[in-house]
Amino acid sequence: MTANGKPTGTPNGKKSFKLMIVDDSNIMRRRIERSQQFEELQLVGTAGNGLEALELFKKTDPDVVTMDLTMPQMDGIECIGRLVTLKPAVRILVISALADKATAVEAMEKGANGFLNKPFTDRQLNEAIAELLC
Amino acid sequence: MLYEQELKTFVDATTNFFSVAAQEPASIGSPYLMEGSPSVHEYTGIISISGKREGVVYFTAPKAMLTVMLMKMQENDFSHETMRDLVGEVANTISGNARRDFSREFVISVPSVLSGEKPDVPLHAGRRSFIIPINWRSHSAKLVVSLS
Repeated sequence: MTANGKPTGTPNGKKSFKLMIVDDSNIMRRRIERSQQFEELQLVGTAGNGLEALELFKKTDPDVVTMDLTMPQMDGIECIGRLVTLKPAVRILVISALADKATAVEAMEKGANGFLNKPFTDRQLNEAIAELLC
Repeated sequence: MLYEQELKTFVDATTNFFSVAAQEPASIGSPYLMEGSPSVHEYTGIISISGKREGVVYFTAPKAMLTVMLMKMQENDFSHETMRDLVGEVANTISGNARRDFSREFVISVPSVLSGEKPDVPLHAGRRSFIIPINWRSHSAKLVVSLS
């Protein structure tokens, strides 16, 4: 951190982004964490449903969120709306098995910035994240 | 009752899952209809369907197959909980992908998982199920689709 409290960024001078991963599958959370290749993304936490995500979001203030949609307690669509209300600048990548266009449109209208269908390759994940970070 | 094109939707979603997520294609056997409760393997991921169609979709697989799938996914946790997680995720992914053709009115639940000896999958009495046999490496699994 610099003297005025701002993050110093990565060793090559890129800005750091705090990442939160939200998915009810442990396997999927680990997969996303393991497969993303951006040194400027610093994982601040993971959550298994929208309610946990909301609480974690308030504590960790992430800049980037990957969000599943079908989850217990609170689904991803509702969670997206809540997160965007808390922090309009948050960048949200939906990662979901729901492959219908209407769902993708709804997620984007709620405030998501990108949509990636499951199953996905590492390359597809990283391309989607790269678009998000632009 | 499942129409031919709808069956193809599930077959395609299954094929796609194994090719992409499990990184090795599966071969899909000839789907067939069955009355009563199809037999299940050691782990079963179940998705309840509601909306325009009602019923269940479930993926059932043996532990040995799930173990190899996890290895291919670069997982090193082969616990009971991880097996349950995987079958649920497979069922969820295939069902969710089916919405591409079934539309948003094909409402899918979060997955529930059964494991152990001879668990009972909740099926609608009197409704027939389509069984989609899945062969992956030397293992066999099933996708079962039972819809109104």
